[in-house]
Amino acid sequence: MTGPLSPASTRNAESVWPPEVWRAPKKTVLDPRDRGGPAQPLLSVTGLVKHFKVGGSPFGEGTVVRAVDGVDFDLIKGETLGIVGESGCGKSTTARLLMQLMPPDAGRLVFDGEELGGALSLTEYRRQVQMVFQDSYASLNPRLTIEDSIAFGPQVHGLPARQAIARAHDLLDRVGLEPARFAGRFPHELSGGQRQRINIARALAMNPRLVILDEAVSALDKSVEAQVLNLLMDLKQEFNLTYIFISHDLNVVRFMVDRVLVMYLGKVAELGGRDAVFNQPAHPYTAALLASMPSMDPDHRVERPPLTGDPPNPINPPPGCRFHPRCAVAEAVCSVKEPEMAATGTDRAGARHAAACLMRAAGSGHSRAPAVAVPA
Amino acid sequence: MTPMIDIRNLSVTFTGRGKAVRAVDDVSLSVAPGEVVALLGESGSGKSVTLRSLLRLHPKNRSRMEGTIRVDGEDVLALSPRALADYRGRKVSMIFQDPGLAMDPVYTVGRQIVETIRRHESVSTAEAEARALALFKKVSIPAPERRLAAYPSSMSGGMRQRAMIALALACNPKVLLADEPTTALDATVQIQILLLLRDLQRELGLSVIFVTHDIGVAVEVADRVAVMYAGRIVEEGKVADVVRTPRHPYTRGLLAARVEHAVPGSRLETIPGAPPDLAELPAGCAFRERCVVAEPRCAAERPAFVQRSPTRGDACLLTG
Ligand SMILES: Nc1ncnc2c1ncn2[C@@H]1O[C@H](COP(=O)(O)OP(=O)(O)OP(=O)(O)O)[C@@H](O)[C@H]1O
Ligand SMILES: Nc1ncnc2c1ncn2[C@@H]1O[C@H](COP(=O)(O)OP(=O)(O)OP(=O)(O)O)[C@@H](O)[C@H]1O
Ligand code: SF4
Ligand SMILES: [Mg+2]
Ligand SMILES: [Mg+2]
Repeated sequence: MTGPLSPASTRNAESVWPPEVWRAPKKTVLDPRDRGGPAQPLLSVTGLVKHFKVGGSPFGEGTVVRAVDGVDFDLIKGETLGIVGESGCGKSTTARLLMQLMPPDAGRLVFDGEELGGALSLTEYRRQVQMVFQDSYASLNPRLTIEDSIAFGPQVHGLPARQAIARAHDLLDRVGLEPARFAGRFPHELSGGQRQRINIARALAMNPRLVILDEAVSALDKSVEAQVLNLLMDLKQEFNLTYIFISHDLNVVRFMVDRVLVMYLGKVAELGGRDAVFNQPAHPYTAALLASMPSMDPDHRVERPPLTGDPPNPINPPPGCRFHPRCAVAEAVCSVKEPEMAATGTDRAGARHAAACLMRAAGSGHSRAPAVAVPA
Repeated sequence: MTPMIDIRNLSVTFTGRGKAVRAVDDVSLSVAPGEVVALLGESGSGKSVTLRSLLRLHPKNRSRMEGTIRVDGEDVLALSPRALADYRGRKVSMIFQDPGLAMDPVYTVGRQIVETIRRHESVSTAEAEARALALFKKVSIPAPERRLAAYPSSMSGGMRQRAMIALALACNPKVLLADEPTTALDATVQIQILLLLRDLQRELGLSVIFVTHDIGVAVEVADRVAVMYAGRIVEEGKVADVVRTPRHPYTRGLLAARVEHAVPGSRLETIPGAPPDLAELPAGCAFRERCVVAEPRCAAERPAFVQRSPTRGDACLLTG
């Protein structure tokens, strides 16, 4: 690790690529890549579905894992959207679908007003959306030096080698790794935190607008994690980025995000502003998830586990509300009627807050449901 | 009270290929009967090596252990191979992050518990089976009869962890060593396992060393906490004291860097740099290069662990 994470003071003009964005970092400056204007979501996701066929499972041939089972959300320009939920709920599958690393079974992606596969080509979309994974080692080619790893993507997209290397050095500097010391090293010569900085630099080399961070800090030691979180926040400002931040660490999510999307068994259970979701969770699952966090207070330890049993299997999701077998406030209707997302209000920042729980849906038949629907 | 576990000046050096690495350096730690001590530290700080020393699990020809370890009055480093085999599992057992390390995939979980009991005690199979069932009930495994006949691979993560705890408790040990047993679990399952361990520990009066890198977990389970850095214990005390008034600059930095109490989106305080390479430790205090209050003398002298009060101690030249 090298010194402070301050912005580079000197930059080689030649390395600037593409020039307009490199020099237009501040939020107040309009992003020249912007097409639909600030109110246009950066990404609109509708009806996203991915089922995996698994052969030879204990459930027999031809069973399907409903990994992502109808996910809708809008990603606001410049926000950080957190995605949380238990292991296997479909967070990474959602991320990989958004990255187009595999084809969805159904669903539309509209990026800044342009439909993917329509006005927007896959190549162009792929350049604007980048991803950083948890496993910093597996994501890097062990036989490429650090500078070559970072320069690789831009070169593939047509940037001359010399400029691509110069840009790699700029980015190394920007993620807190002195180019003179690190550019020529190989991945195995770096610590986990350093490798993760390289992966971040590599994602930024493509000059993306959206970066998906899938457990990107989860493998790091706490003292190093804090450095990388600071770095991610700085880079977001400087490069006008929008983040999707996936993590199982709810404390880190609360710290990093503007809005949170809670997933349960391939579906969205709750979506809302950070404070609304963390302070007034609208879905019983979210409430239980939050109550499972260690207390950090030796005088008020957690006394009873909020949920019993392990997360269920997405092979045979329960009928009705998928959460009903574990839900403390479930009623008879919950095992027959599938809840839709129902608005529960807006927070101070104007973000909509909604949850897929019959308790929140007017006229659902749940005894705690409101008499009239909350306006969206 | 005589401690259940008494580690004095333990050092563990791995020789093998390349440079010798002193993974644990002059560590002393004692645990009273019925007490839970968390060993907290970052990756590579020597937590697992310390724990494994208590069972003498290091490769014999590539490691060197110095110091003394007493458990329930027995000198662990002097045990004969036979005595050691009996000591493992009967007096001290261990649970891991990965239950695969404790369980054999080709036998049913019930069979493994029965075999373990019969290896240490002369009881009938029927009696051992009855005890296995009672253990499964104790760790709250639903449908315990059916689950005893299951193979480890067919159980979910949380169930496997419960089964491993049952296996560890099969011979009524006095000491339970836990090496990050909840780290790979979901928060919702982690809290279940932590509370289960807490209840069992109280009920059975176990002495526990609980290794974790997560302060929140330490707070949830432990009475005392020992913070490790680069193979040494740098601070030790009651959980509440250490969390509220950390003394060692490393502990202070670690607590300050937590996201839990930070204002969302604000800058986090950070400890600069990364943990050092054990093969190339700097002279003096191993934390010196990352320490915001380091003075020249920190480079000259290696701070020894000093007991500052009956319940509190640290290894910093500046806190005295
Ligand atoms: N390629 C695949 N083939 C079959 N099943 C898959 C595949 N990828 C994922 N799955 C299954 O889909 C479900 C969702 O997996 P996913 O990786 O999206 O979960 P996740 O929310 O990211 O979990 P984690 O928190 O453990 O990372 C799981 O049941 C998983 O086993
Ligand atoms: N058998 C071994 N041979 C050589 N070196 C070893 C051996 N076991 C451990 N080490 C080294 O000892 C040091 C301490 O390792 P240890 O496993 O105790 O760390 P830890 O604190 O448990 O970390 P983690 O949180 O990653 O589990 C590391 O540098 C490790 O590489
Ligand atoms: S719909 Fe019913 S079962 Fe589902 S979360 Fe709401 S109350 Fe619980
Ligand atoms: Mg995942
Ligand atoms: Mg370890």
